[in-house]
Amino acid sequence: MGETLLEIGNLHVEFKVYEGRLRVLNGVNLSVQVGERVGLVGEAGCGKTTTMKCVLKILTSPPGKITEGKILLHDKDVLTMGSQEMQRVRGHGISMIFQDPTAALNPVFTVGDQLMSVIKYGSKGSLSKKEIKKRAIGTLREVRLPDPERIFTNYPVQLSGGMRQRVCIAMALSTEPELLLADEPTTSLDVTIQDQVLRLLNELVERHGTSVIFITHSLGVVREMADRVYVMYAGNIIEGARKEELFANWLHPYTLGLMNALPKLTGGGIAEGIPGRIPEYLDPPSGCRFHPRCPRAMQQCSQSIPPVVHAADDHDVACFLYRGETDE
Amino acid sequence: MSMLKFLGKRLALSLFVLFGLSILIFTISRILPGDPVRMALGSRAPQWAVDNLREQMHLNDPLYAQYYYWLTGAVRGDLGQSLFTRRAVIEDVREFLPATMELALSAGVIMAVFGILLGAVSGRYSNTWIDNSVRIFSYIGIVTPSFVFAILFLLLFGYVLNVLPTMGRLSPWIARPPVITGMVSLDALLSGNFAAFGDAIRHLILPAVSLALGGMAQEARITRSTISDNLRKDYIASAKGFGVPERLVMFKYLLKPSLIPTVSILGLDFASLIGNAFLVELIFNWPGFSRYGIHAMLNKDLNAVSAVVMVLGVIFIIVNILVDLIVAWLDPRIRLGAERGK
Repeated sequence: MGETLLEIGNLHVEFKVYEGRLRVLNGVNLSVQVGERVGLVGEAGCGKTTTMKCVLKILTSPPGKITEGKILLHDKDVLTMGSQEMQRVRGHGISMIFQDPTAALNPVFTVGDQLMSVIKYGSKGSLSKKEIKKRAIGTLREVRLPDPERIFTNYPVQLSGGMRQRVCIAMALSTEPELLLADEPTTSLDVTIQDQVLRLLNELVERHGTSVIFITHSLGVVREMADRVYVMYAGNIIEGARKEELFANWLHPYTLGLMNALPKLTGGGIAEGIPGRIPEYLDPPSGCRFHPRCPRAMQQCSQSIPPVVHAADDHDVACFLYRGETDE
Repeated sequence: MSMLKFLGKRLALSLFVLFGLSILIFTISRILPGDPVRMALGSRAPQWAVDNLREQMHLNDPLYAQYYYWLTGAVRGDLGQSLFTRRAVIEDVREFLPATMELALSAGVIMAVFGILLGAVSGRYSNTWIDNSVRIFSYIGIVTPSFVFAILFLLLFGYVLNVLPTMGRLSPWIARPPVITGMVSLDALLSGNFAAFGDAIRHLILPAVSLALGGMAQEARITRSTISDNLRKDYIASAKGFGVPERLVMFKYLLKPSLIPTVSILGLDFASLIGNAFLVELIFNWPGFSRYGIHAMLNKDLNAVSAVVMVLGVIFIIVNILVDLIVAWLDPRIRLGAERGK
């Protein structure tokens, strides 16, 4: 086992709204080894993006607030860092690709201006203006944008969605981060572009040896992109394992649901979904938050939170179905 | 290049607007009841004097002929005679407009600077006590007419505290600097007369602030809401997440996109300042254009009314074009749209 790069432990986040407190993250546990590609899977609204924003400490606060937990980067807690120290983490420590490139790029500044700011403040060491510009154009070329010199002077509005996301990828990689947080980077793109962008991202990450947390709601994407998979549901990590292990022996009923939701190449028909939807965070279900939708729910599921069980080698699950195996 | 084309188009269009405006105001001012000549000469003037003046001013000719005389004069810069000051109207404009411009420009600067500042701080610290106090101030500013502020300031600073002058543009013991722009403070500065400059500024403070407060409150509200909206945008989170320093994110990446709606409203508010200046000019005994305009309208001083409306029209158009240029500079989406489209 390699060195641990990032470790999130028992992370709780609340959002204050008019009606009360939304308990969005409910004790998230997750770790990333150096050089590892981690997939984080779950339905929309389950807290994936919130978790990532906590890692960079860019959660909009208020209304969001981290109430408990730790986020260790190389064994140093990000949450207790001062702004100076945080400044050094952002950029070349951790960088992030947002879900919607149109929202993530400032509409009134050129691609070049934004990219140069990112390189100037996000990179290690200080670079001259000329070096910054050279590196900016270099990264635009690296993400295979045609005519990078022209795109450098363009505004985001002049680019297509796919090109914008390439610009965002260029930004995120221009600081040579140790850890890249990729938040559903292809969700807002055309289906035909999605594959290209995924492949590009995979290739760049491999070339730079960057560790990645890849957020998606599709297990299919994870199968291509990740070494390790975490499944998240309503603010909890409910299952985590190496990819091969997870696809061979999934345990949690929710994971099963996700697997069934995968469109199949053979057999035809529309893939099965999971009945119901993500619960309200204002008043989440007691015990296991999945129990109202769970086909195998038992009485105790609504009474207490299932502990994380070490089910097999490098395979954790939070479900009462597998309780016995911890009591050895 | 295409920016020039845009400008040219706007200017050409403005000429049509001004032409239409001139017909409108010319007709309205002449078909209103009441004999302007009788009003000018007084009820005891003999009939022959009234008839003479009517003849002299072509008031007996058909309306289209009168308009023709007016228009041919106007394009040469001759806006006719005022019935009251008995001078060329253009002379009156030259005398009174700079005073109002001085007031309106100062009020405009106060409105823009403090409105944006208050709004930005309020939006940045939304839902804190700072934000709440700015919002209360904004409500008060918006609902209170400027003459109420003017009277309050006059009483408070002029009489109770007695710290600022409340009458006119310059203290009587200070010689008026040579006329360059007609704006006393600017003339004093240009001629290096700092004593006069200081005095002129002191005279400007109360009327300019009373005039500015309403618009300032408006700018503050709009800036606050765009800032607090944009603060939640991904591009701000992204810039922060890449380690761009907070100060740069706020003053560059947040402020520029947030100023677009404010600037649009600022243009409208500035144009209405000049109209609203009337009561403030009256209260502070400011010999300005708005006061002249109202006086002209109440007395049916035909040529003066036309001139006042046309000058306000020109100012309105200039301000609007400026606003469009600033917005296009701030917002590439508009700029590129204009370049691509037309």
